[in-house]
Amino acid sequence: MADCNETLRELEPFIDGEISDEAREHIHGHLGACVDCQQAFEFHLELREAVRRKASNDELPASLVAKLEVCLRDDFDGDGVVGSGGSDDSASVR
Amino acid sequence: MRRVSHCAVSTPSSPTCKVVDVADRSSFADQAMEFTPQLFSAALRMTRNRADAEDLVQEAMLRGFRSFHTFTEGTNLRAWLFRILTNVYINSYRAKQRRPDETDLGEVEDLYLYRRIGSFETAAASLSAEEQFLDLFTDDEVKAALEDLPDNFRLPVLLADVEGFAYREIADILDVPVGTVMSRLHRGRKAMQRALYSFAVDRGLVGAASNN
Repeated sequence: MADCNETLRELEPFIDGEISDEAREHIHGHLGACVDCQQAFEFHLELREAVRRKASNDELPASLVAKLEVCLRDDFDGDGVVGSGGSDDSASVR
Repeated sequence: MRRVSHCAVSTPSSPTCKVVDVADRSSFADQAMEFTPQLFSAALRMTRNRADAEDLVQEAMLRGFRSFHTFTEGTNLRAWLFRILTNVYINSYRAKQRRPDETDLGEVEDLYLYRRIGSFETAAASLSAEEQFLDLFTDDEVKAALEDLPDNFRLPVLLADVEGFAYREIADILDVPVGTVMSRLHRGRKAMQRALYSFAVDRGLVGAASNN
């Protein structure tokens, strides 16, 4: 079974799912027996989820969709027009 | 204009002769478009500039479109697209920013933010029942903390913690060894925590820091 030092040292790869099955079992076992390490683990899990959520919630701009439609020659947003629909936009693609 | 392959006619009697190029391209659009919101988000974290981010995604998608014949159907298209995006960023946009790519992050304590939870006690008292401690940080602060990292650390953290790629995939995307990915992730994550803490200090959420 792992101890606190080992658990905290391996916490990141453990959360990343990048350690051996054996190591994972050791750490999992320790977390079940150690409140302090379990709290640290939960904090880092939440931190990871918060970073993921807060750093990826950007809205895809309509202007970009329009440019991609022209590049890839397809109507992605289903408005019946490839590109932004304005005749002055054709110059934006080379 | 649609390029006509050398074999324009596909008949039941010659099933090996098919109009591959044209089919591939329309298939690319169908398959790749679902990833554009993620690609755009990542592009924003990379370029830190909306106009550049749009250009970066457009360039990456165009390259993907043109080189789709090199993509092995059934393999990880998302990783493939992110690899293109990252390569275009590194080769075309990073130089433009004129930032050092490996500045000295200094020594940052392990579990940096976790060890300082106590100093948030007053601020945390204002959280509602549904909110978590980490809701004390705004989206803009989290984005800034990530974007302020030097590229060599920002890219691995972005690819791992925001985009969920495995070490092996990140190593492949960045063309560095897995050990390097791990080390930069470890240091980059700590530096990001330090940045978040300093934002909290600036905002008066915690007492004046008694240590760095």
